[in-house]
Amino acid sequence: MLLKSLSLFLLAGAAFLPLQAEPPSLIAIQDARIITVSGAVLEKGTVVLRDGIIADVGAAIIIPKGAWVVDGKGLTVYPGLIDGFSTWGIPDGAPVAAPTGGRAAVAVPAPAGTPAPARSQGPADRPGTNSWVTAADLVKTSDRRLDAARGAGFTSAATFPRPGLVGGHGALVNLAGENAGRMVVEPGIGLLLSMGGGGYTGYPSSLMGMFSYYRQLWIDAEHYKLNKEMYAQSPATIERPGYDRALEGVLAAKKVFLPAAGPMQLERALKLAAELKATPVIYGAVEGYRMAAVLKKTATPVILNVKWPVKDREADPERIDSIRTLELRDKAPESPAALVAAGVKFAVSSDGIDNPKDVIKALKRSIDLGLKKEDALRALTLSAAEIHGVGARLGSIDKGKIANLVVTNGDLFDDKTKVQMVFIDGVKYLPPPETPPAPRGGAAPSAPGNETQEEVEH
Amino acid sequence: MRILTIGALSATLCLTAGFAQDVTVIQNATIHTVTKGTMKGSIVIRDGKIAEVGEKVMTPSGARVIDAAGKHVIPGIIDCHTHIAVDAINEGSVSVSSMVGVGDVVNSEGKDIYRALAGGVTTANVLHGSANAIGGKNVLLKMRWGKDADALVFQEAMPSIKFALGENPKRAGQATGFQAPGAQQNLRYPGTRMGVEDVIREAFLHAQEYQKEWKAYEAKKSKGEAALPPRRDLQMEPLVEVLEGKRLVHAHCYRADEILMLLRVADEFHFKIATLQHVLEGYKLAKEIAAAGVGASTFSDWWSYKVEAYDAIPYNAAIMHKKGVLVSLNSDDAGGAELMRRLNTEAGKMAKYGGLTEDEALAMITINPAKQLRIDQYVGSIETGKQADLVIYDKDPLSIYSKVEKVFIDGTQYFDREKDLEERPRQDARKKGLLEKEKETEKRNAPQSRRPS
Repeated sequence: MLLKSLSLFLLAGAAFLPLQAEPPSLIAIQDARIITVSGAVLEKGTVVLRDGIIADVGAAIIIPKGAWVVDGKGLTVYPGLIDGFSTWGIPDGAPVAAPTGGRAAVAVPAPAGTPAPARSQGPADRPGTNSWVTAADLVKTSDRRLDAARGAGFTSAATFPRPGLVGGHGALVNLAGENAGRMVVEPGIGLLLSMGGGGYTGYPSSLMGMFSYYRQLWIDAEHYKLNKEMYAQSPATIERPGYDRALEGVLAAKKVFLPAAGPMQLERALKLAAELKATPVIYGAVEGYRMAAVLKKTATPVILNVKWPVKDREADPERIDSIRTLELRDKAPESPAALVAAGVKFAVSSDGIDNPKDVIKALKRSIDLGLKKEDALRALTLSAAEIHGVGARLGSIDKGKIANLVVTNGDLFDDKTKVQMVFIDGVKYLPPPETPPAPRGGAAPSAPGNETQEEVEH
Repeated sequence: MRILTIGALSATLCLTAGFAQDVTVIQNATIHTVTKGTMKGSIVIRDGKIAEVGEKVMTPSGARVIDAAGKHVIPGIIDCHTHIAVDAINEGSVSVSSMVGVGDVVNSEGKDIYRALAGGVTTANVLHGSANAIGGKNVLLKMRWGKDADALVFQEAMPSIKFALGENPKRAGQATGFQAPGAQQNLRYPGTRMGVEDVIREAFLHAQEYQKEWKAYEAKKSKGEAALPPRRDLQMEPLVEVLEGKRLVHAHCYRADEILMLLRVADEFHFKIATLQHVLEGYKLAKEIAAAGVGASTFSDWWSYKVEAYDAIPYNAAIMHKKGVLVSLNSDDAGGAELMRRLNTEAGKMAKYGGLTEDEALAMITINPAKQLRIDQYVGSIETGKQADLVIYDKDPLSIYSKVEKVFIDGTQYFDREKDLEERPRQDARKKGLLEKEKETEKRNAPQSRRPS
């Protein structure tokens, strides 16, 4: 823990510290097509990266002495893509605290032979509340999925610990770094609340139970806060509150991330957030095309899941789905355009998508249905940065921003386009090598989610 | 815009909704007011309320006129016990789940709302399930199809809570509480009817303590002493409301012994049960129920579906009614709203089983449930000043041949049989179109052969 705090301290100045000896600290990408996102497209421009920061960008830039130059002819430079709602960086099976409760719970599994943990006595034990868990403590440079994510052009992600009902605090992380601490751009972007699953059988076991569970949790946090304040005033007369990491975690939440598939769940989520006096960000929104008006009216940002619903391949072929389901499958890919038309700020998420390249493919489908490329790109970059409170540091190619870039050999949304390299904090990373197609090689591709089979066809 | 099967229909009805602020007159109908007899005449609806009922009424010019010659009008049906239009029914993990409420998970797009409407139901009491001795909070909904969840709620209604006795809450062996890896799983108490009583008593003893804590705090505060307020407890708050008469209790029950038990427990804690639900053995203690001033909401002739329902008789409702119990008939419908769509014929059976008059029978699905739910000043009969929740039938509503033609809630028409029938081919065509479109898309996106050619 001490080490991790230390690395967080280091992080604050990370961008200005000299990088490792090996990667060059001064790079210029010359004569490339530059899509800044924040401003006009530069058909032939140069971007200069110094010490992990975008030092300059423009059409007529004098390349500084000593810079390592990338010949940008035929290349397009975009801001690094951001996954708006992710688990990237948190390796599978990351040791999250056992969801045994908020009071004096032991995170480490007890050794064999010790007595079983005390039974949950109900709501007061807050099973499933992991509000003291933070993604910033869990990310690792060794997460095997990072390679594939960078290969698709992603350089950052809003990543969240998932287990439990209150998963924990998300962090905005870069998808590479010298060490885990340096990956973290912003450690506390908000608290993740789920509305189901969590994998346990006690209270709350129903959807309505979750609402009352969250309500009580926030009531308890407010009471705890009041108790602390009153105790500070008069320690002689007011009972000293017992330290409670779960409630500390709730009080630290800047925002809450709540799921909402459609307008009905949105209505519920917004009501709950208002009750909790919390700023909501909605994730999921598979029926985004029906939610745009309310999202706009309430100025609620949304992180759109772009795993468009498809017909279940295993379903009985005789089965005819309801008109509602058919309409959902038909309309879901039109959600991004509907959100743009309504003026709703949205990002996109890789949630449920194994191959990061499929996030871009999913948006391509929306583009084919009328979404403007600029809007798709903005959702993948600046909007995501803004929603997560790092808009001043990430999301566009502007002087002074973190040097996260993706360099392609063409339009990002073109099937044939390949990511040539990405820069994260000014350090160049190459996409993972493409593995040969399975039929020839016989062996399964080693890199998880490597997307080569589709591309070989072209 | 909703996109359900009947979605387009709501759009057409929205046009008529424009009249709601104006005046609608239903003319030449047989009007079953339920409380003031039956007459041939007209009903004037203004601003969502019944402005006038009578043989001769004043019809303002420009009013929307519905000629209901040969038709019958009754007050909107009130179903005192349903589980429709919610995404969760039971919080079964604990024996006292008073902190949860089905109102948090109203499914405003649940088709059962429309099905209920098509059966003349305009108000439905949506209850928490019967898995717990003290269950969750209920919600009273008006079937305003097409509106969002908040707009469905019967705003003027008192809040209520579900209790349950007998087999369902005592089912032993149900897991409860979080099971930590390697830990022993809780098996839920109670496992007997005695235990059910104990759980209820214990919960109210706790609620009394909780109430005292708050009173003590308020007293300290009023004296100007610095004191930390007690922790608000969402499980206890509804029970305190019950103790203070601010929340109605609807109690699921079957057997005479457990019904007496509950009446005694309620006496002990000085609160009143609003309704006994199901209450299939109510006829055995009709006098006691009447004396306690407790309502009964039962089935017409549905029994033997489980052991505790073996002693039921179809005369139950009539016997209780004749002994002075306020009786209603309910559907207990969850998915499908099957019984809910024909509560009128359930009422009709009361003429057969017990020889009730037409008004007495209709009262059991209109004004009686309204009284039980404490909403009789707003709905439940066709009287001046009440909310214009009305159903037009083509024939006598107690006949099995009758069909619902039009349904109004707050003066707005939410169901029209003719329009529904007209809309069906269009919906079918639309569905066919979507299916074809999906096939096309699938074909286009199908992966090509991966073998090198």
